Amino acid sequence: MAIEVVKPGLSTTVQDLGREGYYHVGVPPSGALDQFSLVAANLLVGNEPDAAGLEAAFLGPELRFTEAATVAVCGADIEPRVNGDAQAPWTSFAVADGDLLGFGHVRAGARLYIAVSGGIDVPEKLGSRSTYGLGALGGLDGRPLQAGDELALGPAADGAAAGRSVPEALRPALPKELEVRVVMGLYDHLLTEDGRRTFADTTWTLTPVADRVGFRYRGEKLEMLEREQPFGAGSDPSNIVDAPYPIGSIQVPGGVEPIILHRDAVSGGGYAMIATVISADMDTVAQSAPGARTRFVAVDLEAALAARRERGERLRRLRGELA
Amino acid sequence: MSGGNGSGARYSWGADEHLFVEVSEEMSLPASFKAMAIVRALRDRRPEGVLDICPANAAYQVRFDPDALAPGDLEALLRELEAEVGDAHGFKLDTKIVEIPVLYDDPWTNETLQQFRDRHQDPEATDLEYAARINGFPDKAAFIEAHAASPWLASMVGFVAGLPFLYQLVPRERQLEVPKYVRPRTDTPKQTVGHGGCFGCIYSVRGAGGYQMFGITPSPIYDPTQQLPDFADFVCFFEPGDIVKFEPIDRDRYDELKAEADAGRGSIRRRSVTFDFDAFSADSDAYNARLLEVLRGD
Repeated sequence: MAIEVVKPGLSTTVQDLGREGYYHVGVPPSGALDQFSLVAANLLVGNEPDAAGLEAAFLGPELRFTEAATVAVCGADIEPRVNGDAQAPWTSFAVADGDLLGFGHVRAGARLYIAVSGGIDVPEKLGSRSTYGLGALGGLDGRPLQAGDELALGPAADGAAAGRSVPEALRPALPKELEVRVVMGLYDHLLTEDGRRTFADTTWTLTPVADRVGFRYRGEKLEMLEREQPFGAGSDPSNIVDAPYPIGSIQVPGGVEPIILHRDAVSGGGYAMIATVISADMDTVAQSAPGARTRFVAVDLEAALAARRERGERLRRLRGELA
Repeated sequence: MSGGNGSGARYSWGADEHLFVEVSEEMSLPASFKAMAIVRALRDRRPEGVLDICPANAAYQVRFDPDALAPGDLEALLRELEAEVGDAHGFKLDTKIVEIPVLYDDPWTNETLQQFRDRHQDPEATDLEYAARINGFPDKAAFIEAHAASPWLASMVGFVAGLPFLYQLVPRERQLEVPKYVRPRTDTPKQTVGHGGCFGCIYSVRGAGGYQMFGITPSPIYDPTQQLPDFADFVCFFEPGDIVKFEPIDRDRYDELKAEADAGRGSIRRRSVTFDFDAFSADSDAYNARLLEVLRGD
């Protein structure tokens, strides 16, 4: 074994870029919530972009290495430490057999990504090493890491060198006040005009209920249309006949506390969704910490596609820099 | 983007990676079969760039990669398939019918429901007693009989991995309807047979839940470790479109089947079947009787 988990952190899971093709039976894509940061960390240590790494929420783990490796930490603003010595974030560094990797406190953002040369070697389940907690699938026994766990590494690629760095310009900003772009739709016709306006005009605050399944926000109550409920829908005006939930969709149970579903989403249910976060902004949501003040900005599909192209361009530049 | 004309489906973008299609605002078997028919046709013609095709009750959703498949092309294809399918007359669904043994009124869900009585509409009654009363049955035995008598369609699989939402294959006036708990429970035993609104379900994993609890099945329906024979190929037992018959069992049979499953043996009875929507619509009771012959036949 190459890594021994000394302290697991709050919730640290094995994640790669996720699995596709099983959402129709309720298995969500899973994978790194902030995909850009995992790709960056992987490229820094010479891995393929879709190698498995560790995603740690809010608190870094403590890991003992039992063989030499190259490591990089991206995502949330945090200081990695090897045997207590500070290392630069977004930069690859070497660890030796017996070294202890620890962390300072998260200064901004919410999730850090730890890539190790060779990648974390757990068995693939349905084409991915990602952990899906609700279904106890993938990762290490389908659950977050615990103290005493041991992790194996895959064969390291040649050229995994220390001292490589992601240029500042390519690192994401981690603001505490942010705008998240959404495409309105789905069941937004169940909002009154006033409800739509409130959704757009409110500065929402992320609550502590913010995990891999979803991010819940506090703010104003959204007024919903009174109507005769269709057969099979529940009795609340926010209820619909149970329907599929898009990844990134925003539902409003009872018209209060909107929830953005992320990559471990529940795949469907009976609450009206009123908008969907554009794919390019899902990494930004992933790095929101409780208390983050968030505005939802409506854009159209064309703008969502343009933002997606920009993000793709940023990933190409990252690959170019770290080739 | 809004709907088609008249009784057409309603199309809406779930940002740049999802196209959401509501076939009908209300739940109905025709809407569910129409969604299923479109989804099957799309699966057959699956274009490059389609990631997931998710039917759900009276709606469906396609998750796609817009870099590989232009959103407008996908929408055009789905509208074309909708026109081809029409009202799903002539649709035949190749699927499986399965028998799920159920210990109704079991000790485990009864213990759990007592823990959460303060979240229930009728704290003085059990979930079964409440469901029987509000559906006009004289007692819980009569309710259980109706629950187990006619087969159910898995009109959606999801929420969490492998959880079937079930819609009973009976005319609407015979549909069992029970509201969800006033506030959801934080716990539900694994493999609980539940009911919320017009949908039955089987909880694939232990966890939070708001559906009324009627019983429990000894047969696993989700196995992420793939140890049991039913899961050699895949972690979930159910797929959308499956047909389910509940079979009441007693405690001795439950213990026997549970011990088998715990030992990594045993499998759920299943038969391949082609569901003919037109034949079903003509006489649902007679058609259901034929379905059960297929299930029982060897």
